[in-house]
Amino acid sequence: MKEKEPTGREFKPLEHRMVPRHEILTDEELKKILVEFNIEKEQMPKIRVSDPAASAVKAKVGDVVRVTRESPTAGKAIFYRLVIV
Amino acid sequence: MVIATPKRIKQIKFGLISPKEFRKMSVTRVITADTYDDDGFPIEMGLMDTKLGVIDPGLRCKTCGGRAGECPGHFGHIELVAPVIHVGFAKLIRKVLRATCRNCGALLLAPDEKKKYVEQIKTLKKMGQSTEDIVNDVFKEARKAGKCQYCGEEQQEIKFEKPTTYIENEHKLMPTDIRSRLEKMTETDIEVIGMDPQNARPEWIVLTVLPVPPVTMRPSITLESGQRSEDDLTHKLVDIIRINQRFQENREAGAPQLIIEDLWELLQYHVTTFIDNAVSGVPPARHRSGRPLKTLSQRLKGKEGRFRGSLSGKRVNFSARTVISPDPNLRIFEVGVPLEVAKELTITMNITPRNLEEVKEYVRRGPENHPGANYIVRADGRRVKITDKNCGELADMVELGWKVDRQIKDGDVVLFNRQPSLHRMSIMAHEIKVLPNKTFRLNPAVCPPYNADFDGDEMNLHVPQTEEARAEAKILMHVQENILSPRFGGPIIGGIHDHISGLFLLTNAKDKINKNDALELLGKSEIRELSEPAGKENGEPYWTGKQIFSQILPKELNLQFKAEICEHCDVCKGVDCENDAYVVIKDGVLEKGSIDEKAIGAFKSVILDKLMKEFNPQIACKFIDDATRLSVRGIMRKGFSFGIDDEYIPIDAQTQINEVMTQAKDKVEKLIAAYKAGELEQLPGRTLTETLEMEIMKELSKARDTTGDIAGRHLGMDNSAVIMAKSGARGSMLNLTQMAACVGQQAVRGERIKRGYAGRTLSHFGRGDLGAEAHGFVRASYKSGLSPTEYFFHAIGGREGLVDTAVRTSQSGYLQRRLVNALQDLEVQYDGTVRDTRKMIIQFKYGEDGINPMNSDFSKPDAVKRIIDSVVGKVKE
Repeated sequence: MKEKEPTGREFKPLEHRMVPRHEILTDEELKKILVEFNIEKEQMPKIRVSDPAASAVKAKVGDVVRVTRESPTAGKAIFYRLVIV
Repeated sequence: MVIATPKRIKQIKFGLISPKEFRKMSVTRVITADTYDDDGFPIEMGLMDTKLGVIDPGLRCKTCGGRAGECPGHFGHIELVAPVIHVGFAKLIRKVLRATCRNCGALLLAPDEKKKYVEQIKTLKKMGQSTEDIVNDVFKEARKAGKCQYCGEEQQEIKFEKPTTYIENEHKLMPTDIRSRLEKMTETDIEVIGMDPQNARPEWIVLTVLPVPPVTMRPSITLESGQRSEDDLTHKLVDIIRINQRFQENREAGAPQLIIEDLWELLQYHVTTFIDNAVSGVPPARHRSGRPLKTLSQRLKGKEGRFRGSLSGKRVNFSARTVISPDPNLRIFEVGVPLEVAKELTITMNITPRNLEEVKEYVRRGPENHPGANYIVRADGRRVKITDKNCGELADMVELGWKVDRQIKDGDVVLFNRQPSLHRMSIMAHEIKVLPNKTFRLNPAVCPPYNADFDGDEMNLHVPQTEEARAEAKILMHVQENILSPRFGGPIIGGIHDHISGLFLLTNAKDKINKNDALELLGKSEIRELSEPAGKENGEPYWTGKQIFSQILPKELNLQFKAEICEHCDVCKGVDCENDAYVVIKDGVLEKGSIDEKAIGAFKSVILDKLMKEFNPQIACKFIDDATRLSVRGIMRKGFSFGIDDEYIPIDAQTQINEVMTQAKDKVEKLIAAYKAGELEQLPGRTLTETLEMEIMKELSKARDTTGDIAGRHLGMDNSAVIMAKSGARGSMLNLTQMAACVGQQAVRGERIKRGYAGRTLSHFGRGDLGAEAHGFVRASYKSGLSPTEYFFHAIGGREGLVDTAVRTSQSGYLQRRLVNALQDLEVQYDGTVRDTRKMIIQFKYGEDGINPMNSDFSKPDAVKRIIDSVVGKVKE
């Protein structure tokens, strides 16, 4: 499918204040996380590539996305999600 | 008796059984519909054949040689003359038929597409996710094809008529046609539709062989008259075999096609109802009496089915149920048990050298002399009932290795429960206290966790039978271990109603308590010393209520907080509060403030919260015991009652109220006039009518509040209802307003009452009347009494509340059931993650913060602040 020409006026989900920070893990970071929790990638919660936030960070299937949320009790709460079709 | 060692289940596989496998697991073919011969013996190759297992004592199973009870039963089979469709899979057949070629049976998709789908299914299966969406996609795509790309056959629309009829081109597809089509499917195609060809080929859905369940799962019972009564399943099987035979005879005789088809349909009907007797579109098969038969599906489904009724829930022994009633003199972890119940419930004691003499004493006392014993189990396993006559004799015979069923007695741990068991505090471990009379007695302070009251509630009691069970109950489920609720991190057990009123009266009043009264108040507690008297009057020493209350506080307790009666002034005067609403406890002495709901009430008690978190459950428990006893004596010292005269307000106040009402009525009329003149200013986002309604509601509720304030000024702290409302014991000032001043607007769905006759609510009003009275405003108070129209509107409002609660409980019950089913297997692991049974991560840290809500401070994240304050010496506010 051909990508649309950017008009510079697209909605950017990541800049919305209600959208938590999403970032793709590097291989080293991912390895560390898998060791820390003693899991395989498949045991993580999932996110779709088509998810607006996931596609905004250009995540590919098989990547792991780190979601950092503000939490009233924990300050910052970190979640990891495996990108799936 | 040899007990087989239990085996661990490694995996479970679901699939369809092939006809071949049906025949393989069958021990006999069943051909006759008859069950027993004239002598009452099972007929061979009949439905009760002894090869299928035995249920009559004395007979032996021809397959395994076991007697009734030993033989698990064995499957047989019926060879169906013509194939029939399995109702449970009728919808799947429809999908498969529409997705495959009518000629060559190929799945109507391009080869590369098939490959793509198989890949997707495989990855999903690997990740343990549902393949349902993909498979549905496959069916959707395959159905679109008009022509088979493999053999070129033009496809036809297939109509499906519930429950088991398929029509192609106005021509009915017979099960034989369907089966032969499905047989043509290749293994690769079967994989694309999400099935495993080794385990479940689609044509196996069309039954050619019917398994006959073992006799053991459909036992016949012998009635008193000697007549045999067969199980519903047997009845159904008889029907199937009869039709099967008739079908065969007719076909062999060369009967016309019409008759054959009728019989085929009949066979289909019987097999369908054998599997499920509640299929829509099929009249349920009935017993001769008209009762619908309980067939296979009905045995499994629903609340009384195998899963919910027999596996998840069971009936138990060693339990008792009766009405509950209060007894504030019991400790909170005790439960009063009627003597009759205590004599019936037992605990099995294994006789050891250490308890031999003790056990002998129980046996000697017999069953009638509590605490005695009801049964003896000898070393060889024989049970002997202990009676008044043989108890002396048996006591001398008792020896090591025997077991004795001893009656429960004071101090035994039992589980106490009230339905609905919505949270873990609905079942707690209590220690029993045998009491006269016929109800279970409990301290009213434990009512909140059970959500119990004494208007006829019944509760259940269970006696744990092993040492492990008793230990576990005592450590994990004991009442004092459950004072804090894991729901919000505060005490769920605590003072209610009169406990709060009583302590409030005691600690708020300035009266002087002489020595006699002081000792009377504290008599039931284990306090044997009084503090220094507050002063002397007429040479007699006296104490204050605060001093008396201080006696039951632990000596090391330091606490400051605002009481429930706090009026939330703009500037808090703290210690100098003139309402006595600022509580100061220093070294276990109540120096300032009144004890009310905030101090000892269930859900809110700051004192109990502190005692549980910084002291220990025993101290907290003792405090509740003492507080409930003290409060009951405190309230009795003064006397506490409420009557209609307590709602009396003076004439001038009454006039004021009337004035307010008249003004409100004027304002409403002005609003209506403005509305009719079109001068009413519209609120944003509302229509003009809505604006009017809102303004009227606002005006009237303001008027009601004003009358409430007027009435409140004349009802002071000498009024017991005011004391209850202010201290948080029961009721609110609104209740009091309604009783003394004005009941106020009655509403249905948050709006004024509109329904009724055309253009009006009642024939007492003119059509189109928008006034207050015409739409459910009750100007009267409960004391003054309602006018007939007011009474009617009040009934409407009241009925809505009633219906709401009824609907809410059933809806929230089902909601909770679904939630529990979804969440029951999730577990917080030692590393703080939440995982399911497949060890998939649900949360990386429990609740984002890893905090156990039970140990949090009323669910607020300021526990850290409290700890810092306590370390640097500041006392928590």
